[in-house]
Amino acid sequence: MATLAPGLDTKPATEAQEASRSVEAASQWKLMWWKFRKDKLAIVGGVIVIIFYIVSLFAEFFAPHDPFVFNAQYTFAPPQPLYFFLDGRLDPFVYGLKFERDKVSLKKTWAIDYDTRIPIGLFVKGEPYTILGIIHGDTHLFGPKNPKDPFYLVGADKTGRDVLSRVVHAARISLTVGLAGVALSLVLGLIIGGVSGLVGGRVDNVIQRIIEIINSIPNIPIMLALAALVPPGTPIVQVYFLITIILALLGWTGMARVVRGRFLALREDDFILAARLDGASQYRLITKHMIPSFLSHIIASITISIPYMILSETGLSFLGVGLRPPVVSWGVMLREAQEIATVVNYPWLLWPVTFAVVFFVLAMNFLGNGLRDAADPYAN
Amino acid sequence: MWTFLLRRFIYAVIAVLVISMISFAVIQLPPGDYITDMINRTRQQSGQIDPAVEQRLREAYGFNEPMHVQYVHWMSNIIFKGEYGYSFYLKRDAGEIISERMPMTVAMVLGSFVLTWAIALPLGIYAAVNKYSIFDYGASFVGFFGLAVPSFVLAIVLLYFTYKAFGKATIGLLSPEFVDEPWTLAKVWDLLTHLWVPALLAAVTGIGALTQTMRANLLDELNKPYVNTARSKGLSESRLLWKYPVRHALNPFVSTIGWLLPALISGNVIISIVLNLPTAGSQLYTALLQQDLYVAAGFILVLSALTVIGTFISDLLLAWLDPRIRLA
Repeated sequence: MATLAPGLDTKPATEAQEASRSVEAASQWKLMWWKFRKDKLAIVGGVIVIIFYIVSLFAEFFAPHDPFVFNAQYTFAPPQPLYFFLDGRLDPFVYGLKFERDKVSLKKTWAIDYDTRIPIGLFVKGEPYTILGIIHGDTHLFGPKNPKDPFYLVGADKTGRDVLSRVVHAARISLTVGLAGVALSLVLGLIIGGVSGLVGGRVDNVIQRIIEIINSIPNIPIMLALAALVPPGTPIVQVYFLITIILALLGWTGMARVVRGRFLALREDDFILAARLDGASQYRLITKHMIPSFLSHIIASITISIPYMILSETGLSFLGVGLRPPVVSWGVMLREAQEIATVVNYPWLLWPVTFAVVFFVLAMNFLGNGLRDAADPYAN
Repeated sequence: MWTFLLRRFIYAVIAVLVISMISFAVIQLPPGDYITDMINRTRQQSGQIDPAVEQRLREAYGFNEPMHVQYVHWMSNIIFKGEYGYSFYLKRDAGEIISERMPMTVAMVLGSFVLTWAIALPLGIYAAVNKYSIFDYGASFVGFFGLAVPSFVLAIVLLYFTYKAFGKATIGLLSPEFVDEPWTLAKVWDLLTHLWVPALLAAVTGIGALTQTMRANLLDELNKPYVNTARSKGLSESRLLWKYPVRHALNPFVSTIGWLLPALISGNVIISIVLNLPTAGSQLYTALLQQDLYVAAGFILVLSALTVIGTFISDLLLAWLDPRIRLA
């Protein structure tokens, strides 16, 4: 037992006592952080997710090239491996590219030109850009010191566009579609789940049956049907929002279930009863007492549904009924990698984007699982 | 028990009705219809078209009626006559097209289902029993990986490697020599040797999710006091595991059929499109792109009805497994 009057106790508190005291005094969020911190995979996942979002937000700065600039000279250019050391000194460079003509088939193939070195630097001047319409600049995180030199770290596509830059820019679209879809489904889920949990009774029953029906419909056919409704000539921004709405329309049920469950459980809780007896209004009860106490659960289920949204957008765009070129999203890039006969010759059309999707979704899943476990710090 | 089943049955019927309305409405929504498309095309090719002809065509297909009238007409034809309407694009009976594709689709979905359980169940059990072993981490990784890699990406990767290995990228359901043959034992065997590849691709997400579910369920059970009691009484480890905890952990597992089936059908549709298999997905995709109303609506209805039936069966199973549900 912890001593009641620490002044009388001359022995220094043992470490365990110290720890248990700080646990008793810690806020809910602090407890969650302590629990989350123990899950190493979730931490790593969280860091990766943050890096992905930062890089995609400032894609113009992080990508060495403009993802839309054609370069007829370097169609299907192969990846140029990056070398860090020249003569034992740190001086990164890539070798140049040259054509070779096969003597028999006369087919043009790319080869690494070991005679030319292209020096690579950090914070180099390149194509000018405007980030999000505010920040103007022409400095790129890395790139060739002479902007005219070819630099394709993971290769170029059929019009000579840099695949790496395209993956980075595509991330911006794909990642924000996920966020926007989740935000919308959160609004739907909060309202419908809230009504279901707070009103209860017959309303709750009807809403639960509706959710069951929506969940029993296979998503892909309905999504396909809805997405196929968007006429081909629709402006890009509109397509983006329509796709987001489609994702949210089918994705809100999980959120609604979490919200309903929490409201049902909290309605009977002592501290809510106490607040009610103190004369708190219904609005105050919900916004000041109930929502803060299950906010962590909402954050966890948001994190869990983002990868699902991103994969859905990727799938739709891949099938040609979601986002379409010239927009570049991960799904659009995968669609471009659909012609297997081409991809076999130029595998860098497929692998970088696949890697980006899988890597991000894995990281997001680890983060989501960690958050879900930490969301309820009192459970063991 | 009967009230439970009756209630579930009524929900299932309502679900199918709601789904039929949604699928019909969704496909009716776009501005223009197949007739408008057809007339535009005729106009481009041969100049003018008589408005009277257009009017007659619309009337013949019932496109002038309000949407709910068209819906009732469509639904009553399906229920009472088994007619799904007409495919404007393929110029054939829509019901015929759907019934051609469904047996293969059902076979593939069942294949995915069997594979999901056959892989996820033992993997989950083994991971839970050997908690925090290398195998457990391996199984968890398989689970996460299955959730992270979309099935269509796996399909492209598979096509990529088949093309690299064999110089062509066709993954069909039957060897070419069997395609037009009548059904024999040899053909069934041929189907089975081909079917598992797309079925497995479509099942990957489900396997990922279910492995994690089974592991978590069983871990919950293994921590309960009755397991300790049984162990202290000297029950052998295998008997201890299989007799109670696994059976307990199976109950929530069976109830996952409710979301597994829609997920498997979604997976099958997308795999079918990517690999161009002779199943419902690829046909539905063409129908949607061509605004082929009756075929698309019919497919969505039948596919969704399948999941509802599957869920109903899982309710029956659950009632049989768990007396608490039966008696509620």
